Amino acid sequence: MADFVYLPEVVTLELDQLRCVGCGMCLEVCPHAVFRLNGRKAEIVRRDACMECGACATNCSVTAIKVQAGVGCAQAIFNQLLGKSKNNCC
Amino acid sequence: MSLRDWLGTTLVRSGFGRMGYTVEPGLYGVGAPGPDSPVLVTANYKLSFDHLRGKLAGIDAWLVVLETFGINVWCAAGKGSFGTTELVLRVKASRLHELVGHRTIVVPQLGAPGVAAHHVKKRCGFTVRYGPVMARDLPLFLANNMVATPAMRRKTFPFRERLALIPVEMTMAGKWLLFAMAAVLVISGLAGTGDFQQNSLEVGRWPLVYLLAGVFGGGVLTPLLLPYLPGRAFAVKGGVAGLAVAAMICLSHFLLAGQINAGADLAWGVICTAVSSYLGMNFTGASTYTSLSGVKKEMRLAVPAQVCSIVAGSGWWFFLLFRG
Repeated sequence: MADFVYLPEVVTLELDQLRCVGCGMCLEVCPHAVFRLNGRKAEIVRRDACMECGACATNCSVTAIKVQAGVGCAQAIFNQLLGKSKNNCC
Repeated sequence: MSLRDWLGTTLVRSGFGRMGYTVEPGLYGVGAPGPDSPVLVTANYKLSFDHLRGKLAGIDAWLVVLETFGINVWCAAGKGSFGTTELVLRVKASRLHELVGHRTIVVPQLGAPGVAAHHVKKRCGFTVRYGPVMARDLPLFLANNMVATPAMRRKTFPFRERLALIPVEMTMAGKWLLFAMAAVLVISGLAGTGDFQQNSLEVGRWPLVYLLAGVFGGGVLTPLLLPYLPGRAFAVKGGVAGLAVAAMICLSHFLLAGQINAGADLAWGVICTAVSSYLGMNFTGASTYTSLSGVKKEMRLAVPAQVCSIVAGSGWWFFLLFRG
């Protein structure tokens, strides 16, 4: 099965390793295996595979992860630009 | 699961009544659940609910259904309705702490964008264990002490999932397609030398084929051939599919008619490519791996290019029809 990767070098994901306590929650919730545990710290190993869903940041109890989370959906972006609150994207 | 459920699934998969296909939020039981049975959380989209209970054959479990207004778990989590507050509310309202002896709830991994496990624990005492991405892995996950394998944690996008998404994409594109087809027939009817109806068919025939080909390229070929089409941007993949289809239509036109109208075929080839590119780009919303930053980036370039192509293509076609 081909492993899909979207556009390179665009995602806003940031990990502050100083804050990280190595709980591994980000590894658990990430649907694209972006993180790896290296000793007692998480690290980003597949940055371009990140889809900015925000699961890691939401579930990081020490707020070591920052990402501008959103849904990568062209229709939703159109709707937002047109000021429509009704979102038919999904 | 009854025939009625299957029929409903087919209809919403085709895009009909999709936003109103819901079940009542609250607590449900599958099999004969008791105090030791696992608690599974899901959305109130009936497709999600049916899919989940369909995979639990022989397992006794509690299901907590959150109010997501008929949206699936992943999308609802992205929008926040499948979230910490709603989860805590439903857990408390269903008096789960009296029903079960343990203090663990299984939330689908794709619900994680909306749920902060550490806050749920603080607010209602239940520990969140993230279940597998796919409901079909739940029996194994539950049997394995609620530990998921790395493969269970990955969201893939296999052929059959991309195939299942085509009908709903086509239904949503359908109303625009009908409008565009009607416009082509009316404009064609006003051009040419015969009467309206004759012109419509004579002049409008091949433009309609190109238009349908563009929708086919972006709405069917792009999802199906997604991993094999060149480019990473969906607008590029759609454009390539559209260009390939346009070339084939042009060739068919030549073979069938013995000649082509180079100007009109070129104009419609451009429109076909742009329509396909647009619909390909729209498939980002249904895909499982596109980021907001990435989609914004490709749209900044692709939308102006698509608009220009359609305006230039139809302008050129108009010119050819009405230059007198």
